[in-house]
Amino acid sequence: MARVVAVTGNEAVAEALRQVNPDVSSAYPITPATDIMQRFTGFVSNGKVKTEMILVESEHSAMSGCIGASAAGGRVMTATSSQGLALMWEELFIASGTRLPIVMALVNRALSAPLNIHGDHSDGMGARDCGWIQLWSENAQDAYDNTIQAFRIAEHMDLRLPAMVCLDGFIISHSIERIEYIEDDKVKNFVGEFKNLNPLLDLEHPVSYGPLILPDYYMEYRKAHAEVMSKVAGVVLDVAKDFEKISGRKYGLFETYRLDDAEIGLVILNSAAGTSKDVIDAFREKGIKAGLLKPRLYRPFPYEEVGNALKHLKAVCVLDRADAFGASYGPLFMDIASSLYTCKEKPVLINKIYGLGGRDYLPEHAGLVLDELAGIAKTGKVKTFKEYIGVRE
Amino acid sequence: MKLKGWKDVIPGAVCTEAGSALKFKTGSWRASRPKWIEDNCIQCLFCWIYCPDMAVNVKDGKMTGFNYDYCKGCGICALECPGKKGNKAIVMEEEGK
Repeated sequence: MARVVAVTGNEAVAEALRQVNPDVSSAYPITPATDIMQRFTGFVSNGKVKTEMILVESEHSAMSGCIGASAAGGRVMTATSSQGLALMWEELFIASGTRLPIVMALVNRALSAPLNIHGDHSDGMGARDCGWIQLWSENAQDAYDNTIQAFRIAEHMDLRLPAMVCLDGFIISHSIERIEYIEDDKVKNFVGEFKNLNPLLDLEHPVSYGPLILPDYYMEYRKAHAEVMSKVAGVVLDVAKDFEKISGRKYGLFETYRLDDAEIGLVILNSAAGTSKDVIDAFREKGIKAGLLKPRLYRPFPYEEVGNALKHLKAVCVLDRADAFGASYGPLFMDIASSLYTCKEKPVLINKIYGLGGRDYLPEHAGLVLDELAGIAKTGKVKTFKEYIGVRE
Repeated sequence: MKLKGWKDVIPGAVCTEAGSALKFKTGSWRASRPKWIEDNCIQCLFCWIYCPDMAVNVKDGKMTGFNYDYCKGCGICALECPGKKGNKAIVMEEEGK
């Protein structure tokens, strides 16, 4: 039987990691991800896992340690946030370019300056194009489930790509929710034995990692990487099917909520999707056809599928918990706009920037946006295509 | 050698063939070359140990000269060479002189 527990998002991720029991972890503490590794190192000290725990002096070293251990031939994981992810920047590309299936929990937090430790998607968005898989999580249950699935996805022999599991700092990482834990043996069987591909420690078959690749070959490796990204969505769906068998919970590339017959809709990532769904229910009760799309697999982004799910709407607002300075629109907006670019019929798109640095996203905010969308759907007139909401003038 | 297409490259640019550096001659990078003065050589093989590549030829346990296909002219061999009675057995000379 599944265990029903009341835990924080971080506690849930740490529990998933205990159940997976990776070979090696290399990590450095940073708020709000610290708690994951603090709990996990407790499991190591108490003999609950057999993981070789490497405590390093920075996130640059943490990811370097993961890269070395993964290339050596181990199942590897770590966790970080914000400045920690920023300090891993060059290693992120080395991990993905070397095709190492490292799993990392990213507890989303704002980037400095000004210094802020609260929930915000600027960190994950900054790393969205570094060749990693990104799974985003609405709540602690999503974060737990995504963490377990991430190992299967990353380690799939057709992919061998690192994967990030994103969850909102504090709002999810430090809030207690009711979630269901899967039994240890089911998780163990689900992730299976780690399979190696060209491990450095196989002395019978010596290999070298990290060669210099000059202009005569660099593009071929990049094209191969681009191509393997196109296989991720299929693997994510296959793994989700298997996961449903052990958990009873369904996962797709994204979640749609009351979207099929909707005329207006919100696109929003992570925890704020939960708040938005309640407001959508209220609007439905008033007879307004509102719906929502919440991306889960954010990289590689399933452009075609998302475009098909949204093209029938009249007006859509993409809400970004990060801005892309100088790019006119927020990062999620740009992906949604790209998804709809090839569709003949498409909704009017507007963009709101909300919740930066942990600013509350309240039901009233979702209500105001839905009212505005209803107006656009009726008149076709847009007041402004992009604006900050919940900000003082 | 025919260059491979993107479908044939090994994922992650991993080199799965041991010693394949043999196929990649790097001697053309050299700006100065080591010159071996056999009379001053005591066959300590420090040059062979310290060479970061495989540019020191050794046969039957004895230094026999340099393989200039791989020598990049770093000069480590000349620096480490103890020579005989203060006279170096390896000296660096500028290329193209």
